[in-house]
Amino acid sequence: MVLLLLWKRFGLPRYRALPQQTRWAIAMGAELLLAILLFFVDHSLGYAVAAVSALYWIHRLPRLPWRLVGQSVVVAIFLITGVPSLAVALAIAFAVFWVPQRYRTWALPVLAILLAILYPFYQAKMFTIPVFGVWPDVATGVVMLVFIMMAVGLNIVVGYAGLLDLGYVAFYAMGAYTAAWFSSLQFAKHNFHLGAIGTTPNLPGIHITIWLLLLLAGVTTALAGIIIGLPTLRLRGDYLAIVTLGFGEILPQIARNGDNLFGTGFNLTNGPNGITPLDSLGFGNGISHATGGLLPANYLQCCNAHYLGHQVQSTDVFFWTAIVLLLFTVFCSLRLQYSRLGRAWIAIREDETAAAAMGVPLMRTKTWAYATGAFFGGIAGAYYASFKSATFPGDFFFNISVFILCMVILGGMGNIWGVIVGAGFLAYLDREGLANTGAWVNANIHVGHWHPNLDVPLYASGIYGLIILIVMLFRPEGLIPSRRVAAEMHEGVHDEPLYESVHAGAEA
Amino acid sequence: MSATETDGNILVAAGVRKEFGGLVAVNDVDFTVPRGKVISLIGPNGAGKTTFFNMLTGVYKPTAGTVTLLGEDVTGKPPHAITARGIGRTFQNIRLFQNMTALENVLVGMHARLKSNLFNSIIRTPGVRREESRAREHALELLEYTGLRRQWQTTAKNLPYGDQRRLEVARALATEPQLLLLDEPTAGMNPQESAEFTSFVGHARDERGLTVLMIEHDMRVVMGVSDRVSVLDYGEKIAEGTPREVQKNERVIEAYLGKAAVEDMKRQGLS
Repeated sequence: MVLLLLWKRFGLPRYRALPQQTRWAIAMGAELLLAILLFFVDHSLGYAVAAVSALYWIHRLPRLPWRLVGQSVVVAIFLITGVPSLAVALAIAFAVFWVPQRYRTWALPVLAILLAILYPFYQAKMFTIPVFGVWPDVATGVVMLVFIMMAVGLNIVVGYAGLLDLGYVAFYAMGAYTAAWFSSLQFAKHNFHLGAIGTTPNLPGIHITIWLLLLLAGVTTALAGIIIGLPTLRLRGDYLAIVTLGFGEILPQIARNGDNLFGTGFNLTNGPNGITPLDSLGFGNGISHATGGLLPANYLQCCNAHYLGHQVQSTDVFFWTAIVLLLFTVFCSLRLQYSRLGRAWIAIREDETAAAAMGVPLMRTKTWAYATGAFFGGIAGAYYASFKSATFPGDFFFNISVFILCMVILGGMGNIWGVIVGAGFLAYLDREGLANTGAWVNANIHVGHWHPNLDVPLYASGIYGLIILIVMLFRPEGLIPSRRVAAEMHEGVHDEPLYESVHAGAEA
Repeated sequence: MSATETDGNILVAAGVRKEFGGLVAVNDVDFTVPRGKVISLIGPNGAGKTTFFNMLTGVYKPTAGTVTLLGEDVTGKPPHAITARGIGRTFQNIRLFQNMTALENVLVGMHARLKSNLFNSIIRTPGVRREESRAREHALELLEYTGLRRQWQTTAKNLPYGDQRRLEVARALATEPQLLLLDEPTAGMNPQESAEFTSFVGHARDERGLTVLMIEHDMRVVMGVSDRVSVLDYGEKIAEGTPREVQKNERVIEAYLGKAAVEDMKRQGLS
């Protein structure tokens, strides 16, 4: 940190004053030196630095023929030195650079989706990432996708409408419990079955198919969002943040103490023990046969198929389903961004008073943002509960709200691509990255005979805090910001309230 | 003047009063705006003009009195409801959506006139598509009308000052107002820009059948385009009439220049 700040303050101006060729030479030399040094610490680390460096310098070469030659040479080197998967990754990266600018808006997402769908097939064959170790496992991928989905949902509230929501975890919890109630033995007095998979008709409890439950979870949470939103959304800025924080605390407490609701003996949430197990996901035998086995009958008893030398696992199916849900979220989010409602959200973020004077009903519009965000949070929660086949009150602490907010901030508020990247990265760190990094540090860093013995995941909150700190210092608009938010972060918005507080949110 | 007397008047404010704690910012003002006219509201700084405006547009709730718009009592209705009923406004210190483009600013202004909602926006039904493309066309027309057609993609904050003022007007026009409220529209403009603006307002009245109520300090603008001038001082209406009449009114001169000046003028036989 200190070194970075010193470099920004003293090193950078002097370096900038040098002639261009010298600067290039220095940078190239430094990168090569770094790559060679790191190669002796850890082979893959050296490879990776060399690869990134090569990628950058080749991109600066004149277009033809030098770039093509350079790219082929680099790919060939990596193929020969025995890291073919890195060579393939580089080849894909190079190919993307060759796509003309106007197709890139299409080509990049399509490529990303394809790579994501095929991920279970090549995950095991990938090169180890330096420091971070092996590529995340498919189960981690499911969790990452769920968190990305929640971050995209929260982005509607925080990024588009500019409402600071510190209690998003409440919606996640509500979704998870909705799924749990209606697909487990929780309400054993009742016996209701509707399309559930892997159950016998005389199994007690309410069992509804997960596909209906996802929708139900989304709708209930959206309604809850409206109910919570109506009294709170007339508050501004910090006040709203504090009230939402309160709601984020209340709901997990209800979940924790809900095994004896209001002392009536009614067991709503099964208290700290949580609700488990949940019914399996699946489409049932009928649909499965009709689609020739493409849609599995029961996720947990899946699958016999062998493709591309990979036995399809049930986690793979969960992973693909999560991709579909995420795509749905992204689609809705994008459609909304460029609609009448999306414009109104952005207008409210920029200047509430002016927005109201232009005919935007503040309360209604903010409530829609809140409800939409809650809807996706609820679906994500329900899906996650089904994937884990359990839900516990301990999963829904305040730190999750902050964690999701960090994802949005890190990626870039208001920009959906940024949020996806930020959320994916942080969720990965949380599930695997930190543990792997810790293992790497413990194995490779030593001073003489002293070896550190760090349990890095213990420092998770501190590390996320540090990441946010660094982002805020050097790139307050996030990794991939939206054009507008970037401008706001650097120049501020004017938001002197012109309203009387009692009147601020009055609805006609 | 009673609130029922709406014949030919777009807006009737009766006994409108606003107190901030012990301070009476607007003191029982009766005010009418006849259809198709340009009315100016003038007065020294702190006379309560902007407070009065804010009560008409619903930003403040009057302490007492009623505001009737097109025969309907709109007292204390929230701003968006009043905008939907036909008042468009601009702000004294420009309040554009700084980081949105000129076109987007105007499109936000159309909010109350468009019908698409959350659900059909996601599906993007043919109806929504049609509405959006029509809204876009209309917005571009308004930009054309205010002379900003070529800057439609420019971010609002990157527009020159005069253009930002025009964009505010375009955005206010997008709300399809019956009555347009302009709060010091020529503040900070040079004399030539002011003159252009004056003729623009005159055209808007004549071509679009618009009624305009504006707060203005620049007397050339006020005298040039107003059909009637009302003067506020210390929250009270002290004079009303044609520009000529108001110009000669003793209380007005007193309000602007002080008692001594009036006596001075009398002594010199100017009055």
